Amino acid sequence: MRPLNRLTPSRRGFLLGGGALIVSFALPPRLAVAQEPGEKKLPGSLQRDPKLNSWIRIDERGAITVFTGKCELGQGIKTALIQVAAEELAVAPESIHLVTADTALTPNEGYTAGSHSMQDSGTALRYAAAQARSLLIGAASARWRVPRERLKAQDGAVVADDGRRLGFGALVKEELLHVAADGRSQLTDASHFRLIGMRVHRVDIPAKVGGGPAFVHDLRPPGMLHARVVRPPSYRGALLHVDTTPIAKMPGVRAVHRDGNYLAVIAEREYQAVAAMHALEQAATWNETPTLPEPDKIFDWLASQPAERIPVLAGSGGLTGGTNILEATYRRAYQMHASIGPSCAVAQFENGQLTVWTHSQGVFPLRAAIAQLVQLPAEKVRCIQVDGSGCYGHNGADDAGADAALLAMALPGRPVRVQWTREQEHTWEPYGSAMITKARAALGADGRIAGWDYSVRSCTHATRAGPAGNLLPAWLLAQPSTPPPPRPLPLPEGGGHRNAAPIYSIPNARVAYEFVSAMPLRVSALRSLGAYMNIFSIESFMDELAQAAKADPVDFRLRHLDDPRVRAVIKVAAESFGWADYQRRQDHGRGFAFARYKNLAAYLAVALEVAVDRKGRRVRLKRAVAAVDCGEAVNPDGIENQIEGGILQSASWTLHERVAFDRTRITSRDWSRYPILRFNGIPDEVRVHVVNQPGTPFLGTGEAAQGPTAAAIANAIADATGARLRDIPLTLP
Amino acid sequence: MITLTVNGNAHQVDVDPETPLLYVLRDELALNGAKFGCGLGQCGACAVMVDGAAVNSCVVPVGTLKGRRVVTVEGLGTNGKSGVLQQAFIDEQAAQCGYCIAGMIMRAQALLDRHPAPSDAEIRTHMEPNLCRCGTHMRILRAIRRASEALRHEVAPRREAGR
Repeated sequence: MRPLNRLTPSRRGFLLGGGALIVSFALPPRLAVAQEPGEKKLPGSLQRDPKLNSWIRIDERGAITVFTGKCELGQGIKTALIQVAAEELAVAPESIHLVTADTALTPNEGYTAGSHSMQDSGTALRYAAAQARSLLIGAASARWRVPRERLKAQDGAVVADDGRRLGFGALVKEELLHVAADGRSQLTDASHFRLIGMRVHRVDIPAKVGGGPAFVHDLRPPGMLHARVVRPPSYRGALLHVDTTPIAKMPGVRAVHRDGNYLAVIAEREYQAVAAMHALEQAATWNETPTLPEPDKIFDWLASQPAERIPVLAGSGGLTGGTNILEATYRRAYQMHASIGPSCAVAQFENGQLTVWTHSQGVFPLRAAIAQLVQLPAEKVRCIQVDGSGCYGHNGADDAGADAALLAMALPGRPVRVQWTREQEHTWEPYGSAMITKARAALGADGRIAGWDYSVRSCTHATRAGPAGNLLPAWLLAQPSTPPPPRPLPLPEGGGHRNAAPIYSIPNARVAYEFVSAMPLRVSALRSLGAYMNIFSIESFMDELAQAAKADPVDFRLRHLDDPRVRAVIKVAAESFGWADYQRRQDHGRGFAFARYKNLAAYLAVALEVAVDRKGRRVRLKRAVAAVDCGEAVNPDGIENQIEGGILQSASWTLHERVAFDRTRITSRDWSRYPILRFNGIPDEVRVHVVNQPGTPFLGTGEAAQGPTAAAIANAIADATGARLRDIPLTLP
Repeated sequence: MITLTVNGNAHQVDVDPETPLLYVLRDELALNGAKFGCGLGQCGACAVMVDGAAVNSCVVPVGTLKGRRVVTVEGLGTNGKSGVLQQAFIDEQAAQCGYCIAGMIMRAQALLDRHPAPSDAEIRTHMEPNLCRCGTHMRILRAIRRASEALRHEVAPRREAGR
């Protein structure tokens, strides 16, 4: 654990003169986690669950349990939340037991999505812990008849300036914490932080490197059975015939389950289930229908679909103010989450109660969906989140939870573990939608943008469970549930139109989202939703405009930006990269991009260099430098880890990834048909600067790198080759 | 019955010899380290060492392993008492979701056992079969380099003492 010195740049910021950072620190001081007096809303998720003891409980021995409705998805949220709670409670992080999303135990914080966890849960826990500390000090003050000012909390006790000391456990009597959260407690000042801003090691990593039970995949409750499902070979496959008799007689097989087009096997040992699954696959014959658009004409299909036009910015879109009109169309293929571990869940139905252990991102919505699916009252269903393989959005997790629930209901008493195959995850997960964007802009004689007209078109980015009809197994049953018609996610965050509005100061800007409700390929939320494509498009177009204006791409952006926090991250990234004195080399190019995620979360700028192999038509990201401002930085190493990962994942999407299909089937069935970035393609160096903003609200970070990285790569390819690539995955001519 | 040596201990397992090693490790021996990733030998999440070489346990029939030494990540150290390479992964915080990490460690261990001071290019080439989806590659490389340096410092004095 190392302290982050907030007065000098973080350990990776040493290359800078510091001038850029001083710009941001020279901002007027802000109220801690800005809560204006008189504002009705409670901070963060306290608004959703305002009972203090929903968040923090302390028993008579002084043991502290902290509850969050958010899930560990590999983003390190457990550690950051412990840091926040321990900071405000004035205890060591090791003394906190954290309980994550569990419908029986924790507050309902919806989904762990949209980079909301620190904003929602981190903020709630910070205020709840500060209030708990204040109540404990108040109790000691009453007990000792000593004014509060002479007391402080320290290491799990309240201590007085005369040396008297009472442990938290001795003070919590009479249900001290059974009160309403007020969100008004004095927060610890940034100058006194012991934990916030520190590089605390993640609590979940030791088990993950040591073979401990770390994932839902590793659960082994006594008597557990192993299940495998057999899916139709394509979305609309209908089961014509299957003889299950020989399969039921295979070694260890306890049940062959059939319900309409839904097929599964349940066996004592795991490989017996695998063998039975293979036999069942061989035994089943399906009728398939070609329901997918022509893959080579997928963008024609998308462009031709009826769409709901949703205004995002209502300017005129007029381009008459400029002398030079540019326009461009950008396209993005379907892409998948492609988690390394296929989805898995364990469920048990016993005494009328169904329990599901799941790596879902939203245990409360999943409980509602499963209760509807298996026709139990919601209070008879408990969903417990356990770590899974990284999901990056809505993958097969909820569907596997539903599989486990259905099969546990079919065999009451014993826990049933369902493990999807690689092929099932690849072909049945909901993808990130194909997208088309069209940008037009006018450049004025003064070298500034004088008009802007932009549209984005896609299928939905939100088909998460809540309704049972969004669970894939529900479609296959003899009594199927059908998915509700998809709806666009509302602004300001948006779905396909997330980040569709440019952050730049542009007159007459018109922006619209063309929402297509048809959904031939299953689609839903993939990390950053439409922001990836909108930022790719806008930031590519900004470079095209800069070129037309004969301006440096960084200077051109700064011309249209006033916000000092935006300018600060741009300057940090550019200076650290060495943008101004970049030495051009053969077949190399540099690219830059910036965005503020959702236009309301973390600010991120990235400068990077690519190397182009023209003969092999390959592009490699050589080095990348990012600067990120996510408000008050709780764990700088966790932030750097998320941004480094985001840059590499986005490079993989942008340079390599496209879901392949024919008129009937998804053909990207495994890693050979859906290649991703490997060790031979990774950069030589990735550097991340955390531009801390002490005393400001937490801003979501986990998805901030996706869009800027994509655009910076395209801009660097254009710089290296002169070719402007507008279709993702970017392919050299 | 098949006799199998895993992490130095002999085990008798009563399974079909065609059963891939992965299922024996996870289901019969209750070891968590090797992960199911693809079942096709494409991703390395299930990598373990057999006689010192990294193999994908999802495609190795257990019947072929008589008399051979299998080492899983648990054999390098467990939670609380980490081996050098595991500690390097902790020190570098070289994990996001962590699902691929045990496989990464086992493939890297096979390299370091044979070649304690590999170059960056050799590490990249050696790690090529393993996939990471979170984009933790830079940290994984740093952790392997860190372990390599730690092992050199550990090994050098021992060699001195042997003279």
